[in-house]
Amino acid sequence: MDDKIKKYTIGALVSNKSGVLTRISGLFARRGYNIESVAACATEDTELSRMTVVLVGDEYTLYQLIRQMDKLEDVKKIGCANELDCVYRELLLAKVAATAEIRSQITLINEIYKAKVVDLSIDTMILELTGDPEKLDAFLKVIEPFGILEMSRTGTTVLARGKHTLKDRDCYGDHVN
Amino acid sequence: MKMTGADILINCLAEQGVETIFGYPGGTVLDIYDALYRYGKINHVLTSHEQGAAHAADGYARVTGKVGVCFATSGPGATNLVTGIATAYMDSIPLVAITGNVALNNLGRDSFQEVDIAGITMPITKHNIIVKDVAELADAVRQAFCIADSGRKGPVLIDVLKNVQTAEYDYEPKPPLPLKHIETDPAKVRAAAEIINGCRKPLIIAGGGAAAGNSSENLKKLAEILDAPVTYTLMGKGVISDGDRRNLGMLGMHGTVAAAKALIECDCLIALGTRFSDRVALNRNLFGGGKKIIHVDIDNAEFNKNVPVTLGVLADVDDCLKKLIPLIEKKDGNWLESAICAGQSVKLADCRAYEILRSAAKHAPDGSPLITDVGQHQMWAAQAYPLAYPRRFCSSGGLGTMGYGLGAAIGAAFGCGKLCVLVTGDGCFNMNLNELSTAVTEGVPVVILLMNNGVLGMVRQWQKIFYQKRFSQTTLKKKTDYIKFAESFGAKGILLSESDDIDAKLKEAFDYAIKNCSPVLVDCRISNDDNVLPMIKPGATYDTQLKKMED
Repeated sequence: MDDKIKKYTIGALVSNKSGVLTRISGLFARRGYNIESVAACATEDTELSRMTVVLVGDEYTLYQLIRQMDKLEDVKKIGCANELDCVYRELLLAKVAATAEIRSQITLINEIYKAKVVDLSIDTMILELTGDPEKLDAFLKVIEPFGILEMSRTGTTVLARGKHTLKDRDCYGDHVN
Repeated sequence: MKMTGADILINCLAEQGVETIFGYPGGTVLDIYDALYRYGKINHVLTSHEQGAAHAADGYARVTGKVGVCFATSGPGATNLVTGIATAYMDSIPLVAITGNVALNNLGRDSFQEVDIAGITMPITKHNIIVKDVAELADAVRQAFCIADSGRKGPVLIDVLKNVQTAEYDYEPKPPLPLKHIETDPAKVRAAAEIINGCRKPLIIAGGGAAAGNSSENLKKLAEILDAPVTYTLMGKGVISDGDRRNLGMLGMHGTVAAAKALIECDCLIALGTRFSDRVALNRNLFGGGKKIIHVDIDNAEFNKNVPVTLGVLADVDDCLKKLIPLIEKKDGNWLESAICAGQSVKLADCRAYEILRSAAKHAPDGSPLITDVGQHQMWAAQAYPLAYPRRFCSSGGLGTMGYGLGAAIGAAFGCGKLCVLVTGDGCFNMNLNELSTAVTEGVPVVILLMNNGVLGMVRQWQKIFYQKRFSQTTLKKKTDYIKFAESFGAKGILLSESDDIDAKLKEAFDYAIKNCSPVLVDCRISNDDNVLPMIKPGATYDTQLKKMED
């Protein structure tokens, strides 16, 4: 097993019920998994929610996380995105200090990164950017010197390219043995 | 048919074939207890404390293989179940715990006896369900039993709000949901057979999964074909008869010399339903030591969790054995004999507790379950008390719950209708001795072997080894007269002093318990300096087994 620490993105379909998120995040906490982000949302099926978890860990932790999660009654399907060709997206909102003099500098950066200005006041701006997490990281690095007053990231969500769907995946694979 | 939620609940329990419930009434379960009263066909055992009820349901489940059921009211009633539920969770025992809670209109307002028991038990249950709407009640109960008893078994809690118990809804009886079946992959079985056929010195380990899977017969068959020695973990005690010559005894921290030597010598481990806990694997990185390990388990998350294995077979142990046995080639040679011989030179130390346990085993009727608390006496019992049958051993293995024994013994007695032998210590017994009154009231024939050494023996043993004999808070300075205590509760008390004849006193105890269907407490005075040996220190390897304290 690979014991290098890597980022793994895990998708799961879970019951759309109250308490499910607590159950899953409780599992992460008590088993000591290092989770970078969790995103949860409704799906096309009203019975199901979709969760995307980004784990920072080795392969051992990945398999444990998937298998421990899979044991929960409320987890219906689960799979790791790393082995498939996937689209990763995240949304960022960042409020930056932007007086009239530096607005144009920020606008220039926005153009390069295709970020949008969604709110403007005399001395602040809220910028919106969607993209893969690495793109968001790079953007933040560039606007940081202007002074980030606050920011919010949604956490990564993921879908596999092509006809693959999590629903149709029969299981997360038995490649561990 | 329209009926109240409370009536639906009781009817759903009857659907599942529930015969006995252990519990304690209170404000938010009044309606449930009223429905139980009116239904009249389910036996209810009123314990002294909800913890006793949870342990009783656990003991009942271990000896019967059925799902144990316990009731408690909201708030403190529910929190008192927690240790019992956690005990069952760690040992994968099927349990359905039903608690009441305040009505929906009072929920979340810190009402009297309101507690978020679903939140509290989330990490110690397989699943839990809050029922807020009577329309969901019947399905919740049916699902709870199915989850508790499917796959790797475990406890499920249902929290039923007061308004659900009084609301009316349609009820139609339904048969129990079919248990989820895990299909054994034939390719994995073939791969396992290939590894086993290619090795010369296989060792079989029977764990709790072998017990839960009722795999005794097939396990014995496999051992015969392979002419292999068998060892067991604490949870697997009884899966293979202690009288069987292939049985090397227990494996682990306080396992036998023969089992430890066989583990070192073998070239292939066939691990059946064990999770290689730290008390078995000890040093998990060096446990395998280059040998092939075939791990059969019903829980996919157990493969490579504690010990890296050569091959994991996701299956019910018995189902896997059935499919594996026809593929196994007969082995002969002197591996079994040498494994048996390796342990013969080292006998268990002279210790009065062993003599008491062996004598008790002689006097106990055939098929009596053995129940233990936790500590030195537990290990002594696991080492020296011979059990001939599976499902006759109840002990808190994973959680190590002191105070488990008496409640579990009551449950076990209800489960199998036989006399029970409870081995406990003066530390553990004091934790839940209130249940002696339950045993008296219910006429439970249980012989309690109270290993009375005036100390917390196991902790003291660790203080001896690891803390230079600084006996911090392990000397019990109690003035309790256990004989008078037993008699005041309506039980029989017998003193077994260090000079008394063990056989004579124990004969008296067992005769009395059988004749009067009554608990008998035997105050067994033993030295406070006896140790549990052999011992392998935590995290150490099997070649460092201590046989004497001087080692």
